[in-house]
Amino acid sequence: MKESIYKITENCQIADKTFGMELSGDSAAVSRPGQFINILLPGSFLRRPFSVCDYGEGWIRIIYKIVGKGTEKMSHLQKGDELSVISGLGNGFDLSRIPESCALIGGGAGVAPLYGLCKRLLLEGKKPAAVLGFNNAGEVFLEKEFRNLNIPVTVATVDGSFGQKGFATDFFEEGGYAVCCGPEAMMRVLYKKSGDGMFSLEARMGCGFGACMGCSLETRQGFRRICKEGPVFQKEDLLW
Amino acid sequence: MVDISTTMPGREGGNANGGEEARSVDISTSLSGLLLSNPVIPASGTFGYGREYWDLYDLDILGSIAVKGTTLEERGGNPLPRIAECEAGMLNSVGLQNPGIDRVVSEELPELYLHYKKPVIANISGFSVEEYVAVAVKMDAAPNVGILELNVSCPNVRGGGMAFGTSASNISLVTREVRKACSKPVYVKLSPNVTDICEMARAAEDAGADGISLINTLLGMRIDLRKRIPVLENVTGGLSGPAVFPVALRMVWQVSRAVDVPVIGMGGISSSEDVIEMMMAGASAVQIGAANLRNPFACRDIIMDLPRKCEELGIRSLREIIGIM
Repeated sequence: MKESIYKITENCQIADKTFGMELSGDSAAVSRPGQFINILLPGSFLRRPFSVCDYGEGWIRIIYKIVGKGTEKMSHLQKGDELSVISGLGNGFDLSRIPESCALIGGGAGVAPLYGLCKRLLLEGKKPAAVLGFNNAGEVFLEKEFRNLNIPVTVATVDGSFGQKGFATDFFEEGGYAVCCGPEAMMRVLYKKSGDGMFSLEARMGCGFGACMGCSLETRQGFRRICKEGPVFQKEDLLW
Repeated sequence: MVDISTTMPGREGGNANGGEEARSVDISTSLSGLLLSNPVIPASGTFGYGREYWDLYDLDILGSIAVKGTTLEERGGNPLPRIAECEAGMLNSVGLQNPGIDRVVSEELPELYLHYKKPVIANISGFSVEEYVAVAVKMDAAPNVGILELNVSCPNVRGGGMAFGTSASNISLVTREVRKACSKPVYVKLSPNVTDICEMARAAEDAGADGISLINTLLGMRIDLRKRIPVLENVTGGLSGPAVFPVALRMVWQVSRAVDVPVIGMGGISSSEDVIEMMMAGASAVQIGAANLRNPFACRDIIMDLPRKCEELGIRSLREIIGIM
């Protein structure tokens, strides 16, 4: 974990109420896909946690949805604006535990961290398939980016206005290995359908680095903090 | 159980003259015979048992540390969400999640000692007088505990915490029993959710309290407009952050005039100016809470800034300004 000042190099709308932000700064603390950063936004008391979509040396990309005042203000930030960012938070996805054949299932904003993960799984010679779920055509993002990785991609929309009609969970083959991030209802279905998997959880957080006990979860191993021991939990840890 | 130098170096990188003068400012203070190198103490519940911070900066710069509220048994706390935000502050309904006293004295405190050599403040919670006493006795025996702080003011648990702190007779009872059973200084951490804070402070002092800590969080609530349900699963939670600072300041001022024992002031402090203001109101030391969650380096930054701010305000010793209002 590291606190430093990042400069916005891009902040543009990529889908309905959905923005992609690229930040340049010291990304040395980011060690795995699936980790998150905690951004101090002007005018907000608490920082806002965002999962890292992709990262490299000196840059981090996040994707966020406008859900309240904080993210609304965030959407008006300009290229060149500077932000205090705590990076390298949470455990992220442990790639060594993901089998060669696996499905990456994302729902809504939960699609974002799976992209950085997918790129790294491919570098390891693994063969992921992606299932991206959205409410409608207007909300779809990262579809082309996933397709450019030359992997099987299924896009599902609830109203059928883009790709397949239905929920992302409908296109997951029962018994497979699921790496997922999205609404809890979606992940609970995958918990039942999957043979094994990893689940990236979300919570309202106070500090984001394990101090306040604001996002504690009871697991098979006892109480765990979503921000510190999570956000990624193994299937066997969850008490669903 | 005492120690420490009396001055802090000024902020690095300041001009030579400023640095020289800042070094001559005395920012030390004391609580019931315990000498603190500076008045800044991370508040209970925002600093765990130090573990999340000791890799971030040298904890030994802190005046003391108020560790996480500890109960007899392990507690998992309240259901999520436990955190809500508001203008200039936040609400929490954590509900005293902690590993229980036995693990705290056998694992957490000894490990904290590896990173922090000064005496800490043990924050103690309970659901009965017997439970407060049982936890206090074990904390009293822990070598790196300097002060016992009775949390009679947690707003997030039923039948404990604030249920004690909103009744003068309960405060009196629990303070007297703990005081009898323990040898270290006993401070009572008061709830602001009362009609007359001075009545509570006097009840604690009359029962033998060696000091008063205040304020705990103010009871509050938020509603999710889209879902039409409370943001917090527990419905209500404790408000902290800069929003509560004027309330805390007023209560510290009232209480410090109503009792003769030292007062630790807390509630929304987030800068060196706030520290000085709180001490002018009557606090002998201060605790920093919510600010740590927003900026994990808040305590360090405030300590580094204090000598310069004192110098700017013509303060040569912080002790001279305690309670000058």
